[in-house]
Amino acid sequence: MSDGREAKGQLTRDTILAALETVKDPEIPTVSIVDLGLIYDVRVKDEEVEVDFAPTFVGCPALHAMEREIVERIQSLGAHSVRVRRVYRPPWTADRMNERARQALRELGIAPPRPAPAEITLTVFEKLPCPFCGSTDTRMENLFGPTSCRALFYCNTCQQPFEAFKPL
Amino acid sequence: MGNLSRMPEPLREAVGNLLLAMADEEVLIGHRDSEWVGHAPILEADIAIASIAQDEIGHAILWYSLLQELGWPDPDRMAYFRDPPEFRNATLVELPRGDWAFTVVRQFLFDFAEKVRLEALMGSAWTPLAEAAAKVRREETYHLMHSRAWIARLGDATEESHQRMQAALDLAWPHALGLFEPAPGEALRVAEGIQPPEAELRARWEAEVRPILEAASLVIPQAEPIYGGRAGRHTEHLASLLADFQLVARSGLGETW
Repeated sequence: MSDGREAKGQLTRDTILAALETVKDPEIPTVSIVDLGLIYDVRVKDEEVEVDFAPTFVGCPALHAMEREIVERIQSLGAHSVRVRRVYRPPWTADRMNERARQALRELGIAPPRPAPAEITLTVFEKLPCPFCGSTDTRMENLFGPTSCRALFYCNTCQQPFEAFKPL
Repeated sequence: MGNLSRMPEPLREAVGNLLLAMADEEVLIGHRDSEWVGHAPILEADIAIASIAQDEIGHAILWYSLLQELGWPDPDRMAYFRDPPEFRNATLVELPRGDWAFTVVRQFLFDFAEKVRLEALMGSAWTPLAEAAAKVRREETYHLMHSRAWIARLGDATEESHQRMQAALDLAWPHALGLFEPAPGEALRVAEGIQPPEAELRARWEAEVRPILEAASLVIPQAEPIYGGRAGRHTEHLASLLADFQLVARSGLGETW
C-alpha cells in the first residue's frame, strides 16, 4: 500500500510497545528496554508519537543509541513524528525490571538487583546470589564496574568473578 | 511551577545562574577525574574514577539541558565554546588533579556538597529541577559510599598517607567553601522557593563532612572561603584545563565526522 493507510492502522500503544521489545540496551544486548522498565509511557495522537523514556543512569553513554533506535522502530510503523522525552520522575529503580529481564541478566552472568530501598546502603550488596552457582557466599569487590549500572563481585563458592546490576 | 515559558524574566536569569554553576562544576570535576584513567594507583580505583567521571559529565549534560530549556545554548556549545570568565564554577573543581590524596579529598568534599544541594533542591518550587535533583541524588549514593571509604582508608593509614591527606585538605578546604558562594540572584531564588540560602547548605555540609574527616584523624583548617568562581574569576588552572578539554571540539574536526 502506498497511501500509508496500512501503516497508520498499526500505530497504537500496543503495537509500539511490541516494536520496542526489539530495542536493546547495547551494553546488555539480550534485554529489551521494555523489560528493563525504561519506557514509562507512550502517547499516540494521529501519526505523532511521544515516548517517555527513563535513563538508568543519567550519564549512560548508550542513551543516544537507544533513543535513536526507538525513533527508527516507531517511524517504521508509519509514525510521522516521534519525540522521545527523558523523564526522571519517578526515578528509575531496579524494581521496574520484569522477571524476563532478571532471567536474561542471570544468563549473561550479571546478578539481578535486589528490590531498591529508599536509601541504598552497602547492606544491599551483602550475600547477593551468584548468577552462576546460586551461592550467597559472595563479596562485593568494587561499587563500580564496566558500566555505570553494574558493580563487581566475587563468588567464594565457585570462585568466579561476576557482575551485579545496581539497584539504584 | 513547571511551565518554563511562564517563568518571569528576572527569575529565569536567577535560576539559570544556579544551574550554570552546577553544570560547570560537574563537567570540570568530571574532566579532572577522567585524567586518572589509566593512571590510578590500583585497577579497582581506576575503574571507579572512570565511572565517577562519566556520571559527573552525565549530570552536567542534565543541568545544561535544563539551561537550554530556559533559553541558553545547547550543552555542547556551553561546555566546549566558552572561555574561562564565562565559566561559573567554584575554583575547587579546576585545580590540577594533584596526587591521589588530593583527588580523594576533593571528590569527597564535592560529593557531600552535591548531596546537601540535591537534597535541598528535591523540594524546589521549580518542578523540572526538583525531579532531576531526585534522580541525580540516588546516583550520587555510590559516589558518597566510595569517597568516604577512601577518606577512612587513607586518613590515618600510614604517616605518609596522613601527611598527604592533611596537605590535600589544607589546599582543598577554602576552595571547597567556594562551593557555597551564592550565584547571582540568590535572594530571588530563595524568595521564590527555588533553593534555600547557600549559608544554610554550607552548615548542613559541614555537619556531614567534619565528623568523617575528624574520625580519619584529619584536622580541618581555619580558612576563609575562596570566592570568585561563581562570578567568573578563576585560578590560572582553568585556562589550561579548557585548552585540553575543548581542543578537539574547537578544531572543527567534529563537523566532518
